[in-house]
Amino acid sequence: MKALYLIIPFAPLVGAIIAGFCARMIGRVGAHSVTILGVTVSLICSLLVFQDVMAGNTFNGALYTWLESGGLKMEIGFLIDPLTAVMMIVVTFVSLMVHIYTIGYMAHDEDNWPENSLAGKYSYQRFFSYISLFTFSMLMLVMSNNFVQLFFGWEAVGLVSYLLIGFWATRPTAIYANLKAFLVNRVGDFGFLLGIGLIATYAGSLDYAVVFGKAKELATVIEPVTGWPLITAACIGLFIGAMGKSAQFPLHVWLPDSMEGPTPISALIHAATMVTAGIFMVSRMSPLFELSETALSFVIVIGAITTLFMALIAIVQTDIKRVVAYSTLSQLGYMTMALGASAYSVAIFHLMTHAFFKAVLFLGAGSVIIAMHHEQDMRRMGGLRKYMPITYLTVLIGAIANAGLPPFAGFFSKDSIIEAVHLANIPGASFAYVCALAAVFIGGLYSFRLVFFAFHGEERFRHAGGGLGHCEDHGQHAPSHDSHEPHESPAVVTLPLILLAIPAVVSGWFIGPMLFGGWFGDAIVIAPEHTALAQMKESFHGVIAMMAHGVTTLPFWLAISGAATAWFLYIKRPDLPAVIRQKLAFPVMILENKYGFDAFNDWFFAGGARRLGYGLWRGGDQIMIDGAVNGSARMIGWLASVVRLFQSGHLYQYAFSMIIGVFVLLTLWLGIA
Amino acid sequence: MMNFLLSLSIWTPILGALLIFAVSAIGAIGEHSSSQQRNTVRWLSLAVALVSFLVTLPLYLGFDTQATSFQFIEQAPWIPRFNVWYLLGVDGISLLFILLNSFITVLVVLAGWEVIEEKQAQYMGAFLIMSGLMNGIFAALDAMLFYVFFEASLIPMYIIIGVWGGPNRVYAAFKFFLYTLAGSLLMLVALIWLFLESGGSFVLPEWHALKIGMAPQILLFIAFLIAFAVKVPMWPVHTWLPDAHVEAPTGGSVVLAAIMLKLGAYGFLRFSLPIAPDASHYFAPMMIALSLIAVIYIGFVALVQTDMKKLIAYSSISHMGFVTLGFFLFNSLGIEGALVQMISHGFISAAMFLCVGVMYDRMHSRMIGDYGGVIHTMPKFAALFVFFAMANAGLPATSGFVGEFMVILGAVKTNFWVAAAAATTLIMGAAYTLWMVKRVAFGPIANDHVRHLVDINQREFLILALLAVCVLGMGLYPFPFTDVMHISVDNLLRHVAVSKL
Repeated sequence: MKALYLIIPFAPLVGAIIAGFCARMIGRVGAHSVTILGVTVSLICSLLVFQDVMAGNTFNGALYTWLESGGLKMEIGFLIDPLTAVMMIVVTFVSLMVHIYTIGYMAHDEDNWPENSLAGKYSYQRFFSYISLFTFSMLMLVMSNNFVQLFFGWEAVGLVSYLLIGFWATRPTAIYANLKAFLVNRVGDFGFLLGIGLIATYAGSLDYAVVFGKAKELATVIEPVTGWPLITAACIGLFIGAMGKSAQFPLHVWLPDSMEGPTPISALIHAATMVTAGIFMVSRMSPLFELSETALSFVIVIGAITTLFMALIAIVQTDIKRVVAYSTLSQLGYMTMALGASAYSVAIFHLMTHAFFKAVLFLGAGSVIIAMHHEQDMRRMGGLRKYMPITYLTVLIGAIANAGLPPFAGFFSKDSIIEAVHLANIPGASFAYVCALAAVFIGGLYSFRLVFFAFHGEERFRHAGGGLGHCEDHGQHAPSHDSHEPHESPAVVTLPLILLAIPAVVSGWFIGPMLFGGWFGDAIVIAPEHTALAQMKESFHGVIAMMAHGVTTLPFWLAISGAATAWFLYIKRPDLPAVIRQKLAFPVMILENKYGFDAFNDWFFAGGARRLGYGLWRGGDQIMIDGAVNGSARMIGWLASVVRLFQSGHLYQYAFSMIIGVFVLLTLWLGIA
Repeated sequence: MMNFLLSLSIWTPILGALLIFAVSAIGAIGEHSSSQQRNTVRWLSLAVALVSFLVTLPLYLGFDTQATSFQFIEQAPWIPRFNVWYLLGVDGISLLFILLNSFITVLVVLAGWEVIEEKQAQYMGAFLIMSGLMNGIFAALDAMLFYVFFEASLIPMYIIIGVWGGPNRVYAAFKFFLYTLAGSLLMLVALIWLFLESGGSFVLPEWHALKIGMAPQILLFIAFLIAFAVKVPMWPVHTWLPDAHVEAPTGGSVVLAAIMLKLGAYGFLRFSLPIAPDASHYFAPMMIALSLIAVIYIGFVALVQTDMKKLIAYSSISHMGFVTLGFFLFNSLGIEGALVQMISHGFISAAMFLCVGVMYDRMHSRMIGDYGGVIHTMPKFAALFVFFAMANAGLPATSGFVGEFMVILGAVKTNFWVAAAAATTLIMGAAYTLWMVKRVAFGPIANDHVRHLVDINQREFLILALLAVCVLGMGLYPFPFTDVMHISVDNLLRHVAVSKL
């Protein structure tokens, strides 16, 4: 088994290295073959390990000692338990699908590069290399048995995300977005690193098992300098890291912009896996978070704000990818709420179902984008279902799952979260419950709005462009694409869609064992006073019963009414949205400006840092320090020039000053005498 | 046995440089064409640099990580009248810098392969001599020997900036020389005081054992502080560095950033802390504050630079802030982290300056605004540039992360707020480095000059790839680096913990 543990992350790494460094030698086919082979091997091994873990064989061991200093031994190693096993399958499966899909999506990538760009020459191979490297990093993150390796993986996925958002390096929007993503994540990492530092200092180890073993002792420690309870400070620090990576309010600002990257990575990195790293991390840290009510309250409130307010923005977006991006933010908010409600397993469950249905939505959106020749604005789509039936069906499945309607996967996981939040007894839970319910209605609305707007109704792509106001210019469109009718994407694109749509329907049915079967074992710890999940377990009587009960509850009807609203506005009365927009100009403006966060951050943080830097440089370095240095040099020069006056070389001057000197001395001497 | 290795590492490059001068002088009279002669000079220089590096390897391989005392000791009388000894030896603190210095010299020789057209023999010779002198600084255990090496190493750098530098080179060379010389004069006073106080000895380990009262300790600390702070450089005596870097040729910047800045930091560990431990504790809050100012203030200043070399120079000051911060935390994570940071910064700053050099050789501009979209014409270079930029921003799995991580962990032990302030480098370091990368490497091709750029050749690739291997290797497996430090650092900490009053 140990060999398998090694193969799982390193097979994709080998693929990435070969595809990246031997791009010219192996060509396009070689690059995608070798990376797909690597990820397939990884997936198969993950399934074997999963089976093994189910049989009760967990593993916790070191690979090598990374560093030893000050009595702190930091090792690179693996922890394989049910939590890891689920993540490994989700990561490798979605990654494999995305690898296959990329063959179709990036087939004509040379069109995206300026002529004679050497960077565009092997961009296809490079893309495969990056996504395999991502898979490696993500696997190292989830398989880690210590905080150091966790942080390694954490930053490595951030690096690949940076490289992939800015993949099309000619586009100013893309290289703005990737810098923004990296920096916002670094703000999160700031907290994360301090959290790790507190744990290392007071637990004397960065190994999960050791730290969790000491959790009870740590709970009584007060940080002497700040006076904060240690466990709360450490958990909030760690969670700030999660807020960056999992794009929680107010560090969510990077995720919508990350849509500048090619769609396959939006699905893989910015929906299914990387952004859920924060959720995974907090679940992994459940033995610590359970000891701090304050931290859990903080988590649930942040999650609630993210869920509701990001869902609202999704309603006004017209870029098909951005709708899905805001929906991702909202769903991540749900997961975070579940964490705050101490329902870690529910969060992981939703992480899994969401990975499938959101990957479907993104890849489906990508399929539409291919068909529309890199047009992303839904105002220029409409009626596509006739031309792209497979894409339509799979997106529809994804949308229903996203809206949380039974029997699709999203229903089970989202409903469980709402129930968990409802039953949670920590401060902030009731606020979260209200947000969660409101977001269900909005989720139904934006999910079906996407389906109806893009796939139903008038075939707006027939009109030549123009008159639609803002449209994201993606440069190298094929000329006069409006004359072509869209057509279904090739099999390398639709096959992954279908394969992902299946778990987007059925993965919810495993709710029984995953949530209530003690499935995660020791991997997740819940304090006895946090009873939400235990209460849910009592009232759970199987999948069918849950569905039957579900249709009688509020969330179901909220989702249905959201869907109905979308139907009414975009199918029945397509003239209405414009009217509403006009009547509600002010709130719409607020939403379109995303509550002004981007403008504020650009002005206050980016601009402020530059102004401060400029001030310090000009004022501090040049005027004060160099001024003083050059001033002292000038002072010496001035002194010398004064002294020089007395050394003129004229004898009569010397004689004169001698006389004055004698006179002064004599006067003084006489005065004293 | 083998107690001539340190002498070899000092004198091989210096004698090699003299050989190069001789060969070039003979060649100048002979009938060889100038290109032939240049070829001879650079291959000879490379051979000397390689041999000089190879003779330092046995130092690491033969180093006893368990020994508490200095190793590879050599002792010979030098100026018997003043009891000055030619006394050499290394411990876990100095060992790695000799290797780093000799390694960087190889790269500098390679980097000057084609670019230096005038007085190539003198250029190569100056670097080799400087390399030998700086090895001397790290190996000297006699304070007067240390001082001589310390001051002598200024001369080649002064010449390198003054002769092969940019348009404003004379001003920069003067500023560099006067700043550092002025700083070290007070150190000389301190050394003489210690000589008298110790009953006529310049031997460092003897000074370490000396009992000194608080008032003299404070004066000694200040004297050493001024000498070393200028060299590090610490805020507010840092403004010579950006000027020197901007005017220095690429090789000069590389050695300046990679090795010369470390001399000051090394001085703190060899002189200030062990000789004046009580004063060190007394001044620690001030030193931590100055270090944090360097990290944060300089981070903001780096952000707005328009000249790439200035930006990297400021980034160096900020990174060196971590080094001085680590020293004055007085725990092993802090000090070992600072040492790791010094070595790592040696690799990364060298690589960053070499990257700028690669672009400067083609465009004759260091201004960020003159670039844009370099990735389209120099993809291989851009990949390495982004990699080193990430290392500069402290990405885990590169060496840049290890030292910062250790120092931050050490700082949490001392004071959470210090750690929090230091950790802001995570954001600022990424901001100024990656913003530069964005404007230089990414985006559409900015102008015709960029359009006609040619990607790096094999020689340039080799230099950068070697550094990339070092940066990655040290990031993935820093254990061997810290392993040699433990005993010496623990020793130092134990020593510093005992009051000398």
